[in-house]
Amino acid sequence: MSADRVPAPALDVDALIDDPATGIIVCCGAGGVGKTTTSAALALRAAERGRTVVVLTIDPARRLAQAMGIAELDNTPRPVEGVDPAAGGRLDAMMLDMKRTFDEVVESQASPEKARQILDNPFYQVLSSSFAGTQEYMAMEKLGQIHAAAQADDTYDLIVVDTPPSRSALDFLDAPERLSRFLDGRFIRLMLAPARGPARLMTAGLGIVTSALTRILGAQVLRDLQTFVAAIDTVFGGFRQRAQRTYALLQDERTAFLVVAAPEPDALREAAYFVERLGEDRMPFAGLVVNRASVAPAGDLSADEAAGAADRLQRSGAGVDDHAPTAGLLRLHADQVRLVERETRLRSGFAASHPHVATTVVAALAGDVHDLDGLRRVGDLLAE
Amino acid sequence: MSDWPKARLHVVTGKGGTGKSTVAAALALALAGRGKNVLLCEVEGRQGIARMFDVDPLPFEERRLTSGLPDARGRAGTVHALHIDPESALLEYLALYYKLGRAGRALDRFGIIEFATTIAPGVRDVLLTGKIYEAVDRNARNKGATTYDAVVLDAPPTGRIVQFLNVSEQVAGLAKVGPIRSQADTMMGLFRSARTVVHLVTVLEEMPVQETGDGIAELTAADLPVGGVVTNLVRPQDLPAPALAAARSGSLDAAAVRADLDRAGLDVGDALVEDLLGLARDHADRRELEETQRVRVAGLERPTYELPRLTGGVDLGALHDLARSLREQGMA
Ligand SMILES: Nc1ncnc2c1ncn2[C@@H]1O[C@H](COP(=O)(O)OP(=O)(O)OP(=O)(O)O)[C@@H](O)[C@H]1O
Ligand SMILES: Nc1ncnc2c1ncn2[C@@H]1O[C@H](COP(=O)(O)OP(=O)(O)OP(=O)(O)O)[C@@H](O)[C@H]1O
Ligand SMILES: [Mg+2]
Ligand SMILES: [Mg+2]
Repeated sequence: MSADRVPAPALDVDALIDDPATGIIVCCGAGGVGKTTTSAALALRAAERGRTVVVLTIDPARRLAQAMGIAELDNTPRPVEGVDPAAGGRLDAMMLDMKRTFDEVVESQASPEKARQILDNPFYQVLSSSFAGTQEYMAMEKLGQIHAAAQADDTYDLIVVDTPPSRSALDFLDAPERLSRFLDGRFIRLMLAPARGPARLMTAGLGIVTSALTRILGAQVLRDLQTFVAAIDTVFGGFRQRAQRTYALLQDERTAFLVVAAPEPDALREAAYFVERLGEDRMPFAGLVVNRASVAPAGDLSADEAAGAADRLQRSGAGVDDHAPTAGLLRLHADQVRLVERETRLRSGFAASHPHVATTVVAALAGDVHDLDGLRRVGDLLAE
Repeated sequence: MSDWPKARLHVVTGKGGTGKSTVAAALALALAGRGKNVLLCEVEGRQGIARMFDVDPLPFEERRLTSGLPDARGRAGTVHALHIDPESALLEYLALYYKLGRAGRALDRFGIIEFATTIAPGVRDVLLTGKIYEAVDRNARNKGATTYDAVVLDAPPTGRIVQFLNVSEQVAGLAKVGPIRSQADTMMGLFRSARTVVHLVTVLEEMPVQETGDGIAELTAADLPVGGVVTNLVRPQDLPAPALAAARSGSLDAAAVRADLDRAGLDVGDALVEDLLGLARDHADRRELEETQRVRVAGLERPTYELPRLTGGVDLGALHDLARSLREQGMA
C-alpha cells in the first residue's frame, strides 16, 4: 500500500507566514473545500506569530462570522477579539459585500445624479449582483483598495484573501478578463459608436438589430440598455486599469497563492487546472492544502480483515454490546481504512503529475470549525 | 408507489457540492423503470453528466445516455441527456418563433447573442427554463421529437433557484406583449403546478441545512412546489445510539472489546484497541452533530430521503446503487 505512494514535498506554512516578504496570501479552490476556513486559520496564526494581518472573507458560516466579530456586513475591516497579542501582532477581519463594493466604485466615479441613474438601471443591477465573475472581480477590487490603504498608512503587513464559492477556482483569475471582454464587447462598442464619433459607424445593420430587439424585448428595455451603455464609458473606463493593476499585484513576488482542495477527484482536478494556470499566468504559487483528509488509523489491520472479523463476531452474536460494540467498531475501521486508501491514491495521482507542488494535509476535525479555537487547531494542522 | 405520482418535472437543487448532480442522475435512473423514458438535463455548462456517465461531452441535443434502473424482473426504461446552453437555446428560440432572416444573423454578428445571454435581465434564465418547459410539454411545434415520462433537472444551487424558476417575475420588465411574455406565463403555470416538484439536496452540516430551510421558505413564498429533502453523504450507521453515548462519555469497555477481538481471531495489540476507541469517539462526535442537523431536517416537514456516503466514490455502479435506494425509499 505504501509502495505506490508518491510523496509530495512538504509545504512549510510557518515559513510562509513568518516571512516578512509575504505580503498577500490568496486562498483559492473549488466550492466548499475550506477556503474560508483556511484563510481565517492562516490569518489568525500569522497574527499570533506577530504579524499585522487583515483577512478578507467571503460568506463565512454564520457562527464563524460571529466568532470573528464580522457578522454585520459593513465592508470595512474590524479588529477580531480574543487574538493572542503576546507576539506583537493583531488581526482585523472583514466580510466582502460584493454589491456594495461595486456601488461604491460607481459612486466614486460619477456625479451623484449620474451614479443614481446607473444604480437604478436594471442592466447594472444584473451586472452588480449576478453577472458571473462580479464577485471575484469585487474581491480583487477590495484587495486593491486594502492594499493601497495599507501601503499608504502602514496598517497591515499581511493581507489574507478568501475567494468566492465559485464552481471553479479559475473563475477568480478569469473574472477581470471576462468583465473587460464584456465591456469591450462588439455590441457595446456598437451602441456607443454614434456618441463617440463619425455617424458612418452607425451601419444599416444596427437599424435592423434595434428594430428586432424592440420587437422581442420592448421599447423600455431598449431605453434602459442605452442609458446603461452610455454610462459604461464614463464609469467603467477606470475599471479596466484598476483590474490590470490588481492583476499585477497578484503577480508580484510578495504574493503567494495557496490552492485548497478536498481529497476528492473533482476538487483535485480543479486544483490541477489552477496550478497549471497560475504557472501560465506567472502567478506566484506557494502550494496545495489538502483539507478535510481522513485520518489513517494506527496499526496495520486491513479493511478486509476488519470487515471479516466484524462478520464473524456478528454471526456468533458477539461484539454488539453497547459498551463493547466491537463489530461496529471494526466496520468503522474498515470504512476509514478504505477512505484513507482512496484519498491516498488520489493524492498520489496528483503528486505524480505535479511533483513539485509543495503540499500540506489538514485532517478532518470531528466537529465544525466555528470559533477561534477551531481555527487555531486548523492552523496547527496546516503547519504540521 | 412513488411519493410524487403527478410529477413530470423534478428539479434538483441544493447548496454547492452537496451532490445535486449525483442525486439528479440517480433519480433519473430510478424514474426510468420499465417502459419509462426519462430526460436528464443540465444547465450550468459543466458537462457533469458526461463525466458521471463517462461519455463524450454532450451537445445541445437530446442523446440516449443509458438504460434506467431495472425492476425486480430485470426490465428497465431509458435515460436521455440534454446539455442546455443559453446561446444555443436563444438561436433555437429565434428560429422557432421569429422568422428573423437577415436580422437573426446580424444579432449574432453584433455580439447580441452573447450580450442577451449574459446580462439582459432575466433573458438567460428564461431561455434555459424555456427549453426545459418545451421538453416537458412537447407539442406540435416539435414534431417527431421523443416525449418523456419525466424530466429531471440538475438545477442551479439553492441561492439562485427561485430566481431561476420565477420566470414571470424575471421578464416583468420585458415586453408587455409578445411571445416571451405569454410564454413566461405559460411556463409559470407548469412550474407552479403539481406536475413540478423542487427537491433539495443537503448534507448533515450546519450551513447546508440552513440553506435548505431558507430555500424551502423562499420557494414557498414564491408559490413554487417544494418536493423532498435528500440528505446525502450520510456517514455509516454501524453504532446504535447507546454505543455512541458510551463512546462520547468514554465509558466503552476496553477489556471487553479486546476479548471480542481475540475471539474474532485478530492479533490484538493495545494500539489497536486504543485506536478503535479513538475512532469511536471521533465518530460519535460527528454523529452527534449530524443528529442535531437531522432533527433540523425533520423539522422542515418535507418527505426526506437519505443516501450513504459511498466509500469508493461515485461510478456508474454506485449511481445504480443510489438509484435503487431512492426507489426503495419512495422518491421514484
Ligand atoms: N479541516 C476541517 N475539519 C472539519 N471541518 C472543516 C474543516 N475545514 C472546513 N471545515 C468545515 O467545512 C465547511 C466548509 O468550509 P468553508 O466554508 O471554509 O469552505 P469554502 O471553501 O469557503 O466554501 P465555499 O466555497 O462555499 O465558500 C464549514 O462548515 C467548515 O467548518
Ligand atoms: N453519496 C455519495 N457518496 C460518495 N461521494 C459522493 C456522494 N454524492 C456525491 N459524491 C461526490 O461528491 C462530489 C460532489 O457531488 P456533485 O458533483 O454531485 O455535487 P453538486 O452539488 O452537483 O456540486 P456542484 O455544486 O459543484 O455542482 C462528487 O465528487 C461526487 O462524486
Ligand atoms: Mg467560503
Ligand atoms: Mg453539479
